[in-house]
Amino acid sequence: MNISVKAALLASAFALASPALAAGTHPVTGEPLADNQTFTYRVLDEHSSVDPQIVEDVSGSEIVRDLFEGLYNQDEKGNLVPGVATSFETNADKTVYTFHLRDNAVWSDGHPVTAGDFVYAWQRLANPETASPYSWFIEIMGIKNGGAVLAGDMAPSDLGVKAVDDHTLEVTLAQSLPYFALTTTHASTFPAPKWAIEEFGTDWTSPENIVSNGAYVLTEHVPNERSVRERNATYWDNEHTILDKVVALVINDENVALTRYMAGELDRTEIPSGQYPALSASNPDEATVFPRLCSYYYTINMSDSAPEFLKDARVRKALSYAVNRDIIVDNVLQGGQTAAYTFTPAATAGFSVPAVDYAGMTQDERNAAAVALMAEAGYGADNPLDLTLIYNTSEGHKKIAIAVSQMWKQALGVNVTLENQEWKTFLQTRGNQDYQIARAGWCGDYNEASTFLDLVQTNSGYNDAKYSNAEVDALLASAKTMDDPQANYTQVEEMIANDMPIIPIYHYAGNYMIQTDLQNWPVENVEQNWYSKNLYKVAE
Amino acid sequence: MPQLHDWGWEKMLNFMIRRIAIAIPTLLILVVASFLLMHAAPGGPFTSERPLPPQVLANIEAKYGLNQSIPVQMWNYIVGIVTQFDFGPSFQYKDRTVNDIIAQGFPITFTYGILSFLVAVVAGGALGISAAIRQNTWLDYFAVGVSIGAQVLPNFVMAPILILIFTLWLGWLPGGGWNSGQWQHLIMPVIALSTSYMASIARLTRSSMLEVLRSNFIRTARAKGLPERSIILRHALKPALLPVISYLGPAFVGMITGSFIIDSVFGTGGLGYFFVNSAFNRDYAVMMGVTILLGALTVMFNMVVDILYAWIDPKIRL
Repeated sequence: MNISVKAALLASAFALASPALAAGTHPVTGEPLADNQTFTYRVLDEHSSVDPQIVEDVSGSEIVRDLFEGLYNQDEKGNLVPGVATSFETNADKTVYTFHLRDNAVWSDGHPVTAGDFVYAWQRLANPETASPYSWFIEIMGIKNGGAVLAGDMAPSDLGVKAVDDHTLEVTLAQSLPYFALTTTHASTFPAPKWAIEEFGTDWTSPENIVSNGAYVLTEHVPNERSVRERNATYWDNEHTILDKVVALVINDENVALTRYMAGELDRTEIPSGQYPALSASNPDEATVFPRLCSYYYTINMSDSAPEFLKDARVRKALSYAVNRDIIVDNVLQGGQTAAYTFTPAATAGFSVPAVDYAGMTQDERNAAAVALMAEAGYGADNPLDLTLIYNTSEGHKKIAIAVSQMWKQALGVNVTLENQEWKTFLQTRGNQDYQIARAGWCGDYNEASTFLDLVQTNSGYNDAKYSNAEVDALLASAKTMDDPQANYTQVEEMIANDMPIIPIYHYAGNYMIQTDLQNWPVENVEQNWYSKNLYKVAE
Repeated sequence: MPQLHDWGWEKMLNFMIRRIAIAIPTLLILVVASFLLMHAAPGGPFTSERPLPPQVLANIEAKYGLNQSIPVQMWNYIVGIVTQFDFGPSFQYKDRTVNDIIAQGFPITFTYGILSFLVAVVAGGALGISAAIRQNTWLDYFAVGVSIGAQVLPNFVMAPILILIFTLWLGWLPGGGWNSGQWQHLIMPVIALSTSYMASIARLTRSSMLEVLRSNFIRTARAKGLPERSIILRHALKPALLPVISYLGPAFVGMITGSFIIDSVFGTGGLGYFFVNSAFNRDYAVMMGVTILLGALTVMFNMVVDILYAWIDPKIRL
């Protein structure tokens, strides 16, 4: 694969249009631009870090994507577009990837961005001494010796990545991985300035010390209050950056954030749960909703510690069938979410949702089937089932849990005890299989179905159901090296629908209030990997 | 009435040394108890929705020394504080240490806290005294009404309402943020934080003032024909302030260390946020750091209160 042609086309499109920039109009669309190109948005919490190899949260990754640039970026739809790399090629069996880096990329202190900066960053990610919470991404990427370096059995220099010369990066994988290039948009793979890190230690990310290679530089950081990034004059494509300044304000309370948005202090904020219908009626041009790469589900304990009835597939299926997803998305959530009958969301790239049997039924048919399944398993009005559903303390989870428990009660006569737990307590309870049914949510790490389906693998650390099906494991293992694994994914989803270790409930929707002058928010990028350099404000 | 010099600086110095000597074991007990309680809570700083693979978790725990036994961790922690005044790294905000977090957050909470304290004391004291002097007049009813109203309106309700009124409807004030402590950013946090303290101070001052005004020595003063103004200010005020002062010590500490509500509603970036969130996040070192800070300040200001007490009330001997 070689996508340098696309890069060239894109570059020439910009080159033709760029003179218009000076006149205050958008180079491609010709819209008049606002004088003040400052974008202010709300974040829920202070970010964990802006160090690419240390950051682990969403709001931190958003900042890191502006401050640093990896081999590839994503466009508005999530497709790969060149970043520091202009093209790459692979060997026949896709185990060696060679990336060609542009020669005009420089760090904010003037150093050229070289292949060695990527080698350093990736070794740093895998190095046990760095203790990166995302170090496992090295294994997701399948880089040769990744696991051994992570375990401290091999030196970081043994990692399968090397700089052939300053502008050629060669990556050797442990096994063929067709989608490898997709992983290079992840923040943990971004280059790191060795000289700055060695000089300042963990303080290298403070505004006075940081050296970065992205479209923006960090200029101010008041922890828990704001962080400000401004246009990086040394960025290779700076002439096409339109937003001058991006401000992230930490506002914990979503309703206060909405008030401040309404007062014009913010350009973007989340819509508080349950308020989408009202806001889309009152501010139709601002209330924005779009699909996300996330699934909300209930996981059923199938391990040895589980009660016998949960080990019966008929009971698990009956419970899943009796959940009326339409009521949950249309009446409880009301924020553009979609009913889920498969684990993988329809929005996932290259994935078409298989027609699992119960998705095609009406709710009445599902309820009837559920009653029959329960009767087969020996439960009914005379012998009702008692079970406990746990969720982490939150109004949103509570509403759904109440709705589901009522559905189970009405359709199947099941008596449900609801139990909420503080977050960390909940995670420990669920992780130790000390539960019957538990709420869960999962967002994809990359835009490919395996980021979801790998969870039902026997060995997955996230498989809280402790579901184990040798056939599923084999299908998922062979899918890894296939060019088109859809057939395998279809089979796995069908097996999930048949064994029902988890009850898919809905697929998330992102919903934002976005001021009408802010343009180009990538609503079609399901991972919501947005880059400030692609946003702009029009004059109103 | 005896003044400070009556019982001598030497005596006071002795008293302070004695109190500091007691404070050290008190703080040590606080550290040990908090440390044990914290580790007894389920989950840890690195428990997350997506559990870390065992190898990754082991690497992180090794980096932060969490792979050692609890007594060893506790010992290292205390040694670090005593020898280097190092409160350790934050587990949540990996670029920052606990010292950084306190150094950055405490000045913010201290600023809005001390302003709230002044507002609460001046407004509360004035309300309380005037209500007592004019007992059973409209002024008294007004003062009592205001203080009860302020007491029952919790700040997590009041804060968003303030933003709604002053930011959205009137457009007078920014809806939050700190902006280096610009005055516009201080008004709403100070109102929201000081109101309930002001109410308590007003009610305390009123009732103790009423009690003092009915006492014998005031009656004597009145019988001597002293002007009412001098009776209130020179004779009644000091003893009437005693119960208020014992309330002000802890209240002062509570205010200057900030409030979770203020920080999370107004996004001020202060330390108050960490009192709650470090516990939820199991950010052990931050939680210990803010606990010790709060504990040390409490001990210190209780001592200040005791000294003030002795100065005001000759019956109390140090």
